Amino acid sequence: MKWLPATLAARVYALLLLVLAFAPLIFEWIDQPFYLDLLSRALILAIAVISLNLILGFGGMVSLGHAAYLGIGAYCVGIASYYDFYNGWLHLALALSVSAIFALLTGAVSLRTKGVYFIMITMAFSQMVYFTFLSLEEYGADDGLVIYSRSEFPEFISMDSSAGLYYWVFALLLASLFFVYRLVHARFGRVIVGSRFNEQRMQALGFNTYRYRLTCYVISAMMCSLAGMLLGNFTGFISPDMIGWARSGELIFMVIIGGVATFFGPLVGTLAFVVLEEALSAITVYWHLIFGLLLVALVLFGKGGIHGWLSRLERKVADHG
Amino acid sequence: MADHLLTVSHLHKHFGGIAAIDDVNLAVEQGQIHAVIGPNGAGKTTLIAQLSGQIKPDSGDIEFGGRSIVNYSMARRARAGLARSFQITSVLMPMTLLENVMLAVQGSDGHSFRFWAPVNRDARLKDAALASLAAVGLDDRAEQIAANVSHGEQRQLEVAMALAMKPRMLLLDEPMAGMGKEEGGAMVEILNRLKGKLTILLVEHDMDAVFSMADKLSVLVNGHIIATDSVDNIRNNSEVQKAYLGDSHA
Repeated sequence: MKWLPATLAARVYALLLLVLAFAPLIFEWIDQPFYLDLLSRALILAIAVISLNLILGFGGMVSLGHAAYLGIGAYCVGIASYYDFYNGWLHLALALSVSAIFALLTGAVSLRTKGVYFIMITMAFSQMVYFTFLSLEEYGADDGLVIYSRSEFPEFISMDSSAGLYYWVFALLLASLFFVYRLVHARFGRVIVGSRFNEQRMQALGFNTYRYRLTCYVISAMMCSLAGMLLGNFTGFISPDMIGWARSGELIFMVIIGGVATFFGPLVGTLAFVVLEEALSAITVYWHLIFGLLLVALVLFGKGGIHGWLSRLERKVADHG
Repeated sequence: MADHLLTVSHLHKHFGGIAAIDDVNLAVEQGQIHAVIGPNGAGKTTLIAQLSGQIKPDSGDIEFGGRSIVNYSMARRARAGLARSFQITSVLMPMTLLENVMLAVQGSDGHSFRFWAPVNRDARLKDAALASLAAVGLDDRAEQIAANVSHGEQRQLEVAMALAMKPRMLLLDEPMAGMGKEEGGAMVEILNRLKGKLTILLVEHDMDAVFSMADKLSVLVNGHIIATDSVDNIRNNSEVQKAYLGDSHA
């Protein structure tokens, strides 16, 4: 059957996308509207994780400050709404431009460093954002800022209903997946991936790797800020809590759970993370302990994350049959 | 005066108190294979590193095609047409041979801020890459992962990548390093085929290989060039024999 995706992993992902496309109908049918909200949150985070995977996975730039861009995107919605600007295009333009400028400035400094230093400096910059918002009394400081109305895009379906917002998120998720796929397979992506493997070699081939990596960093930040804009709309509330470095750490975990430098890994990793978090916290108040142990086990034994596991499973089945 | 593509004048490089490169002067003629020989620790790799821009010299000048490139970055020198290979095999191991060489072609084909069109269907990159692989006899291995081919083939891939950059000059840092007799022979053959078509500066340890290929030899000892001459004259130069060739070639 030629129309079937070739690998087991690809089939799983195709089925998953199909289910996601009809999720609002499914949840309505089983009368569990709460799950749609949970799924919306997961898919918003997935966009952020896809953006992180672009630099961390494909580019080898391990940033421990990516949550800052979630925060920037959300605050762009929050602060604009605070001054009674509800135009969605304005929110979008703000989220993309502010994140791009911040990423350009901080990335230009951060990318002068390598390895642990890069991790530390990206974290330091994100903490800078965190403490900035923490001290801004006008915008709620540590109490956060309530967003009373969602971004308005009169040309498209409204974000006001749960299903409306969900389809906004789903559409942007698909766009992000497709965008990263094309990017990685284009000339630009080859340079980014090559620089992860051997940066000096790439320079000897004539590539100014710094410029390409910085561009990649800015693109990733803008994508993450887009997710932040959705998150602000979704929660209707934004606080510095969203930005702290622990949040950035969670994003890294989601990348690892799904599979580093894979296209669907960030999506399945985020879904697994959010579902596990939800399920465990429903069982016991000590869920953090179990969750932590599970994450440690996953990192130790789950080589290649869920994507790697699916690929191995397929090979095993092929060997036995 | 002959037409010099690369001219090095009064190059100095100190590491701490040690003079790694001590007043090196070198002129490579267009179209020639110019070899730099010297005992271990003479500064051969340091010299290549400075020519390619990996290390900045303390003082001195490097002229390439009549223009000073001493302040150019490594990437800019590569784009100017000065391609290098590495002594320690330095290819992109997880990628296929074809992908490696395609990247090399890409590096000399304008900027790479192209975000959409897939590389796989880029006939211009692919054809040029396959031609370079064919030039070193690796065209039948194009789809292999670089990490999975033999050491000798990885060395050949290094040369294919340098060729794919369409350089005006090649800097080859011990292309025969770690090779057996047979593999080394294949490499000599590849380089001999390039002779006359490309200007090459070759740093090499294998004397027999150098004597059979080079048009001109420079002898580097303790960071200083003690002689530059034709192969025959260097062979018979008593100072060189004493400093470097020793008993085995006496």
